[in-house]
Amino acid sequence: MKAFRSMVLVSSDPESMERGAQDVFSALQKGLADFGLEEEISLSMISDVSKSGMDPLVLVYPDAVIYGSVTPKDIPHIVEEHLYKGRVVAEKQIPPYDLTGRVAWLSARKGSLPAENRIVLKNVGLIDPENIDDYIINDGYEALGKVLKEMTPEETINEIKNSGLQGRGGAGFPTGLKWQFVRAAKGDKKYVICNADESEPGTFKDRLVLEGDPHAIIEAMLIAAYAVGADEGFVYIRGEYGLAITRMQKAIEQARAYGLLGEDIFGSGLSFNLHVHAGAGAYICGEETALIESIEGNRGEPRARPPYPTTAGLWQKPTVVNNVETLANIPAIIRNGAAWYKAIGTPSSPGTKVYTILGNVNVTGLIEVPMGITLREVISIYAKGMKNGAAFKLAQTGGSSGSIIPASLQDTPMDFDSYKKAGVSLGSGALLICNEDTCVVDLARVLLNFFRFESCGKCNPCRIGNQRSYEVLTNVSEGVGTEQDLKDLQMMSDQLYELSNCGLGQTAGSPLRDILAHFRAEVEAHTKLKVCPAGICKMSGRRVYQID
Amino acid sequence: MAVRVKEGQDVRKIVRTLVEQHGSEKAELIPILHEINGQFGYISDEAIKELSEQMTLPTSHIYSVATFYRMLSTEPRGRHVIQFCESAPCHVAGGRLVWEKLQSELNLSKGETSEDDKWTLLTTSCLGVCGVGPVMIIDNDIYGNVAPEQVPDILGNYE
Repeated sequence: MKAFRSMVLVSSDPESMERGAQDVFSALQKGLADFGLEEEISLSMISDVSKSGMDPLVLVYPDAVIYGSVTPKDIPHIVEEHLYKGRVVAEKQIPPYDLTGRVAWLSARKGSLPAENRIVLKNVGLIDPENIDDYIINDGYEALGKVLKEMTPEETINEIKNSGLQGRGGAGFPTGLKWQFVRAAKGDKKYVICNADESEPGTFKDRLVLEGDPHAIIEAMLIAAYAVGADEGFVYIRGEYGLAITRMQKAIEQARAYGLLGEDIFGSGLSFNLHVHAGAGAYICGEETALIESIEGNRGEPRARPPYPTTAGLWQKPTVVNNVETLANIPAIIRNGAAWYKAIGTPSSPGTKVYTILGNVNVTGLIEVPMGITLREVISIYAKGMKNGAAFKLAQTGGSSGSIIPASLQDTPMDFDSYKKAGVSLGSGALLICNEDTCVVDLARVLLNFFRFESCGKCNPCRIGNQRSYEVLTNVSEGVGTEQDLKDLQMMSDQLYELSNCGLGQTAGSPLRDILAHFRAEVEAHTKLKVCPAGICKMSGRRVYQID
Repeated sequence: MAVRVKEGQDVRKIVRTLVEQHGSEKAELIPILHEINGQFGYISDEAIKELSEQMTLPTSHIYSVATFYRMLSTEPRGRHVIQFCESAPCHVAGGRLVWEKLQSELNLSKGETSEDDKWTLLTTSCLGVCGVGPVMIIDNDIYGNVAPEQVPDILGNYE
């Protein structure tokens, strides 16, 4: 590789692009050429994990200076002052601690604030995702080398089992156990699938990993393939994630060119071919059996289970399906060992969790923190408090299939076990934080609107239950709801949970259950007093849906 | 906007070329439908019939797949397709008012195409750019932090 004295990176996630990152990049190219610095300073675009409001970012290394809200007009000055003369342009600089991701770089001390701990997002925003060498320099493919040279497939599986890693897609199933099932399953052909159909509203962690560190996913899938005995894999990326799709395709080509994908990789006997499959717009395809149907060229309708994909998955062959975030943990676990990983997080839920913080808070964005921190800590430390000092009312976790968390649970440790005991779910890691101006009936209505559209329609409880719940909620929000309507909502929530075929239907009713359990008085104000306490619902007194 | 194939171009011929490129295995159906949708703006009955012959799949199967996925359309759409995110994070960030403004500005409701074939107005589920909600996508351009008063200016960018 060529040696550069400095490295300049421009954030190129969709949010930055929308704010003119491309023009900033062009201006930098021109600026560097004007001063004859092209041979000394490298320039690349990177995906970035930044707080919104500051994009696009320009990062200068090794100085570790970050410029925020950069426009093309700022560039000549930055190039001349900083890159040419070596003087930092203070007025465009943003303090590192203002970046959500950066809070974390404070080292973790016992008894101190829970510091951010980057495993999944280790490279995101720091390396050029379109350059395999950048990944390799940052310990890339080291874990693959380790398993191929030093470990048997069984030892690899045991290492993952001992680490306690649980699936990060929402269900929290132990990853090592899943691998073991597939290894044990009989079959001449096995598959590894990366579930990158991230569609939970409010969740975009997987997109940032795919855009910012695609080789980590390839490496993890290679390790999985070695462990379970698979020779072919698919990365199923939702169709809307255009940048992620092209970056992943490019990464696969580079890995193939380096002999990291293909036949008999490095003479190890492991052969693995990897394909990208772009989704076509269907939330349900995040459900693993629906995803498999979709790859096969069918409607994305979930299958009846059992048999599970571990024994009869893609084309009825044993198949591992792992979420992007789950896979992104794998190389680090292999490199550092299971004991290292288990020391992070809580005993029952080791490791870190990536959250997307959204809603009525001062700082929105992505954080990766050890399992077990509380909602109160997230809001006060990482989100820097509620916007305009408003009171916290509720948080909605894990996109639409998460739970509505009332203020009374904001000191419950956020890990799979503690949340389960409290009757709520961590879901996929979105945290939509809402203030007092949020009406729970309106929120539940929006969530149910999502489900009635995204239900695949295969089973009745989900197809009819979501539509009917939406209609009842609409009537409640118009001020024509009755006591019976609330009973019906409770009933439909229970039936969705008990009777639906797949996870979508089973969780779709949880907003209904949550608002009736935690915000009963507010809901009853709509039906009994015909008042929306938050002042959001129309309360027109007009019956929108006639329900018999 | 996707590059539109001009009127009169042979749909069947293009479909045959796509099947040759991708192969006729069933797993290629969705990628091929993606391409047809991209080139023509929608998937016509004629395209479905030709695909059925080339891939030896029932037309009913192809139609059921084409109508299942949100990014595929079996109806012609306007020259510009607006997708407005109606998921909770955008809603909480003020999306409702933007949506009302969009409808009144275009005089269209959800799912409708304007009479001059300029606009199709759709809602969509989360697009994964929630950090800058409310979000809408026109063709392939993403607009974030949209305020109702910006809507006319944004629409004015399109011919």
